[in-house]
Parts: sequence; C-alpha cells; structure tokens
Amino acid sequence: MEYLKLVILALVALFAAIAADWGRDLAYSVHAVIVTFVAGGLFLWELRRMDLPRTAHDPSAYLDGPIRASVIATAFWGIAGFLVGTFIAFQLAFPELNFDWSEGYANFGRLRPLHTSAVIFAFGGNALIGTSLYVVQRTSGARLWGGNAAWFVFWGYQLFIVLAATGYLLGSTQSKEYAEPEWYVDIWLTIVWLVYLAVFLGTILKRREPHIYVANWFFLAFIVTVAMLHVVNNLSIPVSIWGSKSVQVFAGVQDAMTQWWYGHNAVGFFLTAGFLGMMYYFVPKQAGRPIYSYKLSIIHFWALIFLYIWAGPHHLHYTALPDWASTLGMVFSIMLWMPSWGGMINGLMTLEGAWDKIRTDPIIRMFVASLAFYGMSTFEGPMMSIRAVNSLSHYTDWTIGHVHSGALGWNGLITFACLYFLTPRLWGRAQMHSMAAINLHFWLATVGIVFYAASMWVTGIMEGLMWREVDANGFLVNSFADTVAAKFPMYVVRGLGGVLYLTGALVMVWNMWMTIRAPQSRPATALVPAE
Amino acid sequence: MTHTYSILREFADSWALIALTATFVGVILWAFRPGSRTIHDAAAASILRDETPRGIAACPNACPDCTCASLLEKLR
Repeated sequence: MEYLKLVILALVALFAAIAADWGRDLAYSVHAVIVTFVAGGLFLWELRRMDLPRTAHDPSAYLDGPIRASVIATAFWGIAGFLVGTFIAFQLAFPELNFDWSEGYANFGRLRPLHTSAVIFAFGGNALIGTSLYVVQRTSGARLWGGNAAWFVFWGYQLFIVLAATGYLLGSTQSKEYAEPEWYVDIWLTIVWLVYLAVFLGTILKRREPHIYVANWFFLAFIVTVAMLHVVNNLSIPVSIWGSKSVQVFAGVQDAMTQWWYGHNAVGFFLTAGFLGMMYYFVPKQAGRPIYSYKLSIIHFWALIFLYIWAGPHHLHYTALPDWASTLGMVFSIMLWMPSWGGMINGLMTLEGAWDKIRTDPIIRMFVASLAFYGMSTFEGPMMSIRAVNSLSHYTDWTIGHVHSGALGWNGLITFACLYFLTPRLWGRAQMHSMAAINLHFWLATVGIVFYAASMWVTGIMEGLMWREVDANGFLVNSFADTVAAKFPMYVVRGLGGVLYLTGALVMVWNMWMTIRAPQSRPATALVPAE
Repeated sequence: MTHTYSILREFADSWALIALTATFVGVILWAFRPGSRTIHDAAAASILRDETPRGIAACPNACPDCTCASLLEKLR
C-alpha cells in the first residue's frame, strides 16, 4: 500500500511537471507547478518515513487533529477573505486603488471572486468541515471512519482553495458566479468532496447511538446536495488537457437556469443547511439545554429540503427565462420563509428559561445575534424574490446588502461563536483567554454589519429609483454615472463597516492565539462511551 | 429535443409531482406518529449527556512538563 502511494505520487508529480512545461496559459502552468511541488513534497515525505513504524491510533478516541486544523484554517481564511472584501469595498469608493502596476491581477474584477470564494468556500467551508466532523463524532459516539481520510479531506480542500484563488488572480475562470474554478479544479474538488461524504456517512453508520441527531441530517443534506449541484453546474468539456479553458455543456437560458439553480442552492445548502447543522449542536450545548422542539427541527428540515431546491429562478426575473419558471421560483421562495423561520424560532426558543445567558455569556449572545440576522435575511430574501420588488432591487446594491446581512450576520457570527466554543475544548483549555475580547468582537462585528447593511439599503433603493426616474416627456432623468457619483458616501460607510468587522475578527484571532499558547489547564478528552 | 422535453415535462407534472408531494406529507405525518415524543425527547437530550473524560488518550501538544502531561502520568 505504501509503495502504491509512492508510485502514484511520483506519477502525479511527473505528469504535473510535464503539464507545467506544455501548459497553454499562465494559470494552468502555475497550477501545474503547485501540484508538482505538492506531489513531489509528499513523495519525499512518504519516502523518508518508509522505515519508520506507523503511529498506532487508539480506535476508541476521537480523531480531532483535522478539526483543530480546520479551526485554524477557518480563522486564517476568514481574515484573508475579510481583508480582500474590505479592500475591494474601498476600490469601489476610490477607483485609484485599482493600481496601474497591478492591473490585470489585482483590479476589482479579479479580486471580487477571490473575496466571495474566500469567505464562502474557504472560511465557511473550513468551518463546516471542522464542525461537521466534530459533531458527527460526538453525536455518534464513534471515531471518524476511514483512518486518515479526514486528513486527506482537510488538505485536499486547502489545495482546492489555493488553486481556485491563484486561478482567479491569473484569469482562469469559467465565469459562473460562485463556481468560477475551471475543470481540473472542479474534478479535484469532486474527489475531495466524495471522500468527505464517505468519512461522514461511514461515521454515522458505525455510530453507537440509536438516533441520528438532527444536526447530522442537516450536515448530510449539505454534503450530498453540494456534491450534486457542483457536478451538474460544472459539466464542461476542456478545450485541451494542457490548458485551463473549457466549454460549458449547457448553453443560453438553460445554462443560466442551471447556474442559478446551483447558485441559489449554494446559499440554501452550503450557507443555510450546513450552518443550521452547526446551530442544532452548538446552541443547545452552549445554552446547556436541549433544543426547543425536536419535532419542529424534523419538520423544518424536510420543508427546507423540499422547497429550497426550486427557488433558484428568482435570480432570473425579467430575463429570457419562461414566465412560469420565474413564477415558480418566486412562489417557492415565499413559501421558504416558513421553514427558515422555523429554524430561527427553534434556535432562539432553546434559550427559554435561560434568557439571562444573553447578558452573561458573550458566546450565547453571538449565537442569538446570528439567529436574529438569519431571521431578518430570510424574511428579506423572499420579499426581494417577488417580481415587483425585484424590479426595483435587482442589479442594485440592495442585493449586496441582503447577501452580507446573511453572510456577515448569520454565517459569520455563528462561525465565530463555534470557534469560541471549539478552541478551548480542542486544545484542552478551561475557556477562552479573554471573555472581554469576545464581547468586544461581538460589538465590533455587529456595528460593522449595521454600517454595511444600512448603507447598502440606502444606496440600493436610491440607485433603483434613480434608474427608473423619468421626466414629464418619458425620458430617463439620470445617467448611470450620476448614480455612481450619488453612491459615494454610502460606499465609504460600507467600507468602514468592513474595517470594523475585520478588526473584530483580528481580535478573535489574537484571543484564539492566546488560548492555544496558554499553559495547559486540563487534558484533551478521550472518547466518551455512548450509552 | 422537443419530444424529450414533452415527455419529461409530462412526467414532472404528474407522477413526479405526486411522488414528491406524497413523500413530503408522509415524512411530516411520520414525525407526528404516536410514541414519537419519547424518541424525540431522548434524541434532543442525547447531546447533553455527561462528557467528562473516562480516560485520557493523549495531550494535544507534545509538552514534557505541562499540566496535561502530569495528569496523564497520574492516571497511569
């Protein structure tokens, strides 16, 4: 087995080295060089420890190494993504920040997908991988299935992130929102994701609990659906095996519909179902009380799964898409409001009888704020999907404000709270180094989101109204450049909101650093027998 | 191509619609079956069971003289 591994690694390194030389575009060649170094480095590492005895693992203890790594990676990519986001926010306010010397690599168009992918897939994805593997072990009373496969998932996912990020800067993109990486990066992600599914499902299958706890249902729905979405939306034929360019299998309106079926369900299953899985474990744990209604969790799980998948067409109102499809998307989006609020109510009401914890426990306060933002953005979303509202909001900054109230408020805050929950436990500490710093982080983040969302509402609605304003003779009053000039103050406020949010995250990283580096106060826990 | 579309569309509008709706209603009703409450309560409480360590497997950091290592020593 070890020899087979060596042969495969050597072949991959050789192939990638040839590909680096024969590559038809810069991004492909750079990626091939990265793969050469990764495969070659792994080859040498494996070779050097051939004679060493393999570490024997205690099969009755949890495998927490990959989770610790995910926690660190979440914080690292979070800072990277927030930093790029804040920078491009200021690029919009001050176009001079699109420097001449970095034109074609670090201008807004290249950095925007870097920001979206970094925060959604690198920050959010690492948070989901780490928490799901933590939760599935605890709720199943079993060690992760597949030996070191979880380590492959972690490092394989980091390689995907690096390939995607460098590809964006070098112009390798298939121009599909949130699915920009080209064909070979897509294939690599598919392999990593299927191993992730196997590890997760394998652990559930060997569980020692009678019931599959509801958080695992949400995580499983997230993993399975993302696999399906990713494969279907990325069906493409490479022009050459030595180049990054590929041609989509779908064309025209079918391609647009597939893209937004993917795009909206990336929100629905990546940023909603997966993060609800986090909510269903960590909120009851931190509150020390069982979930408010387990029955409600089951009902809203099935309602969310059955409804979300149809909501995509609301991204394509007033386009070439048939009216019936756009109406279908709108109706399902509005129905989706109910299961979304089912989740919010279930999470908030878990604190019933323990509401004082919002005052005394800054981590609970973060969870509650994230659920409040979840409720707010899942009300705003269905409203914006109504065709009449969409005619005002579409293509304006209102959409950006909506996305960020969900992403910064719901996904960001719940991830921070989970990191504060996990860091002391995974590194065997009593609690975080500084509770006051958590409190500071909470306020920096919340005020940052308020700056961001409020300025985007104002500028979005103003922009929408300016675009449709006509004079007595029916001529448009404003040019596009007029709206750009009018938006300047709001863009500065938005950038400041980003600075606050980034500062809060830096406070968190400092706090995590101090916690992990502190002298150990208690040992790491071993497996608890499930009974 | 139109033909394939029509066949798929007819299937989607009839059998697929019935099957999906029936499954959805079915799983909701199943959640309300008699006796489900005890199962649900047990599942909801399962994550809060005592998590104090029965045994210590290893210290996360390879430190020779920290608290964790001394605890590990004591247990052995």
